[in-house]
Amino acid sequence: MYRYDEFDHDFVQARVAEFSDQVTRRLAGEITEDQFRPLRLMNGVYLQLHAYMLRIAVPYGTLNSKQLRMLGHIARKYDKGYGHFTTRQNIQFNWPALSDIPAILADLASVEMHAIQTSGNCIRNVTADHFAGAAADEVADPRPYAEILRQWSSVHPEFSFLPRKFKIAVTGAERDRAAIQTHDIGLHLKKNAAGELGFAVYVGGGQGRTPMIAKKIRGFLPEADLLSYCTAILRVYNLYGRRDNKYKARIKILVHETGVEEITRQVEAEWQELKDADLKLPEADIRAIDAYFAPPALADRPEGDEAVKLARLDSKSFSEWLDQNVVTHRHPDYAAVTISLKGIGEAPGDASDSQMEAVADLAEKYAFDEMRVSHEQNLILPHVARADLKVVYDALVNIGLATANSNLISDIISCPGLDYCALATARSIPVAQEISLRFASLERQREIGELKLKISGCINACGHHHVGHIGILGVEKKGAELYQVTLGGSADENTSVGEIIGRGFSSAEITDAIEQIVETYLGLRLDRNEKFIDAYRRVGPAPFKEALYAGEAKAA
Amino acid sequence: MKVLTANRLADGEAVWYANGGWAETIDHADVAHDKAAEDRLEAIGATASANNEVVDVNLIDVTVANGVVEPVRLREKIRAAGPTNRNDLGKQARPEAARAA
Repeated sequence: MYRYDEFDHDFVQARVAEFSDQVTRRLAGEITEDQFRPLRLMNGVYLQLHAYMLRIAVPYGTLNSKQLRMLGHIARKYDKGYGHFTTRQNIQFNWPALSDIPAILADLASVEMHAIQTSGNCIRNVTADHFAGAAADEVADPRPYAEILRQWSSVHPEFSFLPRKFKIAVTGAERDRAAIQTHDIGLHLKKNAAGELGFAVYVGGGQGRTPMIAKKIRGFLPEADLLSYCTAILRVYNLYGRRDNKYKARIKILVHETGVEEITRQVEAEWQELKDADLKLPEADIRAIDAYFAPPALADRPEGDEAVKLARLDSKSFSEWLDQNVVTHRHPDYAAVTISLKGIGEAPGDASDSQMEAVADLAEKYAFDEMRVSHEQNLILPHVARADLKVVYDALVNIGLATANSNLISDIISCPGLDYCALATARSIPVAQEISLRFASLERQREIGELKLKISGCINACGHHHVGHIGILGVEKKGAELYQVTLGGSADENTSVGEIIGRGFSSAEITDAIEQIVETYLGLRLDRNEKFIDAYRRVGPAPFKEALYAGEAKAA
Repeated sequence: MKVLTANRLADGEAVWYANGGWAETIDHADVAHDKAAEDRLEAIGATASANNEVVDVNLIDVTVANGVVEPVRLREKIRAAGPTNRNDLGKQARPEAARAA
């Protein structure tokens, strides 16, 4: 993985010193909250309901064991023994004292981590496919490009005060696991007919109160032009993006209001000025960054086939976990493992200090010291020899992280909601927990099949409800929580925005409503192979509306 | 009826104005029953904010039952107690703090 060079070290150390000084001055009353707020936000420090919150960047979701151990240490020493992994592949701590944050940032810097640009109207953490470098179906690892974007966008003077925040995602496979079409810029790394690497470029996706699917503005951009083209997009946005209304300030609104053709023309015109200048990436520089992401030397481990076969016969639960949480690796003797942070009835994305340390140990011993955070709020061991799967599984069982529910209905994305968040209008975590408990039987979950359920506790949509096969949005109505359900959303290569199915449900009704929807699907699907999303696309909302609301219409 | 709430600057702890200081629980917060009392609390909040003791100062709606203050909105109930999914965290996890206040 990427290692800091001297410049990176100096940059992060300088920022720690600078922000520590700002915190000291704030605590001494030398600067006001109004002066301090933008400074703390630039360093990932929010003020939430109960306390401050620190959001730490995990660039493109990649971590080594030393880093995860440090996160466990921070959870134990400065927080309340746990952290929350987020949909930007980052981690948040919910209870740090402001006075401890300089020490936390110094600890983070010692393992090449920081909290820079995890908030504010700048380019945020660049996300990538969590199976990058391991997936059997990718043309190349997208992370070197994410790293190039990270270096370019870090304290970029022109793009540090954009009209609004700006999010970029990169995938290197046809099957999009990075939700690129819901991003301000989505990059799909691919090869052209000549075998050269480049990107399909999508612009103007986003969620929030106005969900939009990104538009493809270029079919193939040579890799050397990555920064000049992104600069052109950002320049057009910085110039024409609205600053008068926070809710209309994202690039999705500009793209929508300007039209794809015109915005493409503007970007291409700007790019013509830039493409042959100093932003063109020299081949040697790309390959130098590439080298940091060279895959580990994966020795052949052909004994894995037999070992897995025997272990399967021996343990049904191992066999189920294998089917659900383990995916094919580009090397036939290896696999990529999803460590579910969605234990039945648990808060999605939370991990305790000791769990983090135990996962770090596993990564060090069995996974070439590499981990990923997925945008679906799970942890990934991208390279595990099939011969070691059983021992990894047994270790995960011991720390309560072996739930075999990847991509099933209890693998829920959820924002922190009103239990933590100052912006939330309703709770999300308890809803996720109740649904998870209702569908606790893994047998039942497998019978239902792939089903992506996503919950947000306010219209800002941090829980990605718009692109859930089933989406739940919590709002406050007449002083009570009300949950609105959307169906048919999706965040893959066939991205779609879910449709509101009808009136919302109270917190007491919502789990029953979800169960009703699931039962309706089970009743109408063609066979077990027709997934929820495919069935919904075939039949539309009518049967679900009927199941949820028909009784009311008759009663009325 | 309203009480004055904020977060303490140094550690972010949610606090309520009570008996001339900032208490870590809401139970015995000073309650404003009329506009004049609200104005007084607001002035206290503005001063505490200017003195860098607290941040994010707000007057919130409450009811009082058996001498104990209870917030009206769910948001403020959760602030006063802690996350509803984790009874081991926040004020609700500190019965001694509740008793002392």
